[in-house]
Amino acid sequence: MFKQLTIDGLWKNNPALVQLLGLCPLLAVTSSVINGLGLGLATALVLIGSNATVSIIRDWVTPAIRIPVFVMIIAAFVTIIQLLMNAFTYELYLALGIFIPLIVTNCAIIGRAEAFASKNPLPVSAFDGLMMGLGFTFILVVLGGLRELLGNGTLLNGAERLFGAGAESWKVTVFTTEHPFLLAILPPGAFLGMGLLIAVKNIIDKKMAEQAAASETKTVVRARVTAES
Amino acid sequence: MKLVLSSSPHQHVRRRTDQVMRLVIYAMVPGVIAQLYFFGWGVLIQMLIALVTALVSESAIVALRKRQIGQALQDYSAVVTALLLAVSLPPLLPWWMTVIGTFFAIAVVKQLYGGLGFNLFNPAMAAYVMLLISFPAAMSSWLPPGELAAHAVSFGDVVSVIFTGFSQSGYDINQLRAGIDGVTMATPLDYVKTQVSQGYTYSEAINHRQFTDSLWSSASLGWSAVALAYMLGGLVLIQQRIISWHIPASLIAGVAVTATFLSMINGDVYGSALFHCINGAVLFGAFFIATDPVSASTTPRGRLIFGAAIGFWTVIIRTFGGYPDAIAFSVVIMNMAVPLIDYYTQPKVYGQQQPVKQTQGEP
Repeated sequence: MFKQLTIDGLWKNNPALVQLLGLCPLLAVTSSVINGLGLGLATALVLIGSNATVSIIRDWVTPAIRIPVFVMIIAAFVTIIQLLMNAFTYELYLALGIFIPLIVTNCAIIGRAEAFASKNPLPVSAFDGLMMGLGFTFILVVLGGLRELLGNGTLLNGAERLFGAGAESWKVTVFTTEHPFLLAILPPGAFLGMGLLIAVKNIIDKKMAEQAAASETKTVVRARVTAES
Repeated sequence: MKLVLSSSPHQHVRRRTDQVMRLVIYAMVPGVIAQLYFFGWGVLIQMLIALVTALVSESAIVALRKRQIGQALQDYSAVVTALLLAVSLPPLLPWWMTVIGTFFAIAVVKQLYGGLGFNLFNPAMAAYVMLLISFPAAMSSWLPPGELAAHAVSFGDVVSVIFTGFSQSGYDINQLRAGIDGVTMATPLDYVKTQVSQGYTYSEAINHRQFTDSLWSSASLGWSAVALAYMLGGLVLIQQRIISWHIPASLIAGVAVTATFLSMINGDVYGSALFHCINGAVLFGAFFIATDPVSASTTPRGRLIFGAAIGFWTVIIRTFGGYPDAIAFSVVIMNMAVPLIDYYTQPKVYGQQQPVKQTQGEP
């Protein structure tokens, strides 16, 4: 069960690549690795919290009022995360701006609450939240890295916003240019990058399916039909 | 007697795609010569860079798609795309930007949509827009035409600036762009836009010396000559029936009408129709860009609407938008509207009647 949840969350049913949920923050904040990581972790924490809570109260909430209840639970967790980020990672809080409160509207979260947590016990639901959150974070980081690399030639720029002053030296400068590739930083770059990531995932899936099919045919044991033994 | 039955059209010129494309290339020759004369060798080098990139990326993508490479290269469409993009670029653009732009045009705009005939957008113009929003400073670094330049730019200088960023004597692009009096030259459109935004009137702006040598008082010599040379090539295309007259005529009319309307409202701020038609890429775009058979409208009435709307948007974006020229933006915008235009402008088949509308409640 837990293994299946891990595979689903990170790859097979990835909220960003397969379910295509929560694209608005995904496309808007992934101009750098750190912004993507920050929002991804915030979303993951909200997901774990909301999934766990929804799972606990699932027997008392009638279907008629479930959506308002879910939204209020999610909003409560988002507020907690927002206040925590305001207190501990203030610069990142400023950089992400409106997209932290907008986590409430992330369809991936209410989608998991509705589709999974409201039907499953606490440990499984919390674990599903963790894996879905990590899958979402993974895509945010990859897309952020792609756009930061193409756009500015750096990686992990501004790591101190998330990890404290000691992380300033983490910044990797791959190349420097006086003409930054603005397309990668601007919104069109997010759409192009997202499209390419989905295409890459589909290629990998196709190759894996082909390999699986090939290895299956190899192990077929031929039934003897001619000899009489 | 043998009775031959064949379906319509009964009279047509058998031209294959590659012949059409080659004729387009020949028609570009006058404009390219004018550009070479006024803006130097950079044009030619950009064309070479774009050409090589286009052929390499076309072959690579076609191979990835497991299609026949030879067939894809032989239709010359990649060559035309590369050349159209290259002549739109500033002649001293760093080489890698041309490479990125051409790759984008061929790989993303054309092949990802399914290759020639399936692309929604005009590849050259979509790539131009991509480059313009990515590298706004470099994409507006045009040299002053010909003898107005303070520094003579030799062939070696051009190669060196494109590939290393500095000329052989160590000038960078901004120093080379300086006019005789040391003031950086802008394109006429850019210049007038900046002057008007600083509170000068339109007529004050076009009395600047870069306009005084010209055929008309509202276009500087180099720019208008290049535009007219492209129009010459375009007229040959119409005469050869490669393109129909609808799009060029309606596009120029669209520009002229919109510009006249605006200048009647306030002639101090808005340029005249002649100024808008003869400057920038209007004539080039009208004959070579908007007439792309794939991404343009296909019905006769649709073509008139398509061209006129491009003209309208060009003047509107030039006047109220953030960029000095707007042919590329307008073409890409109207490419998106083409399916709708085509849907509503289907020609009526002879003898067919409009279906009688069902009216309710009337006797």
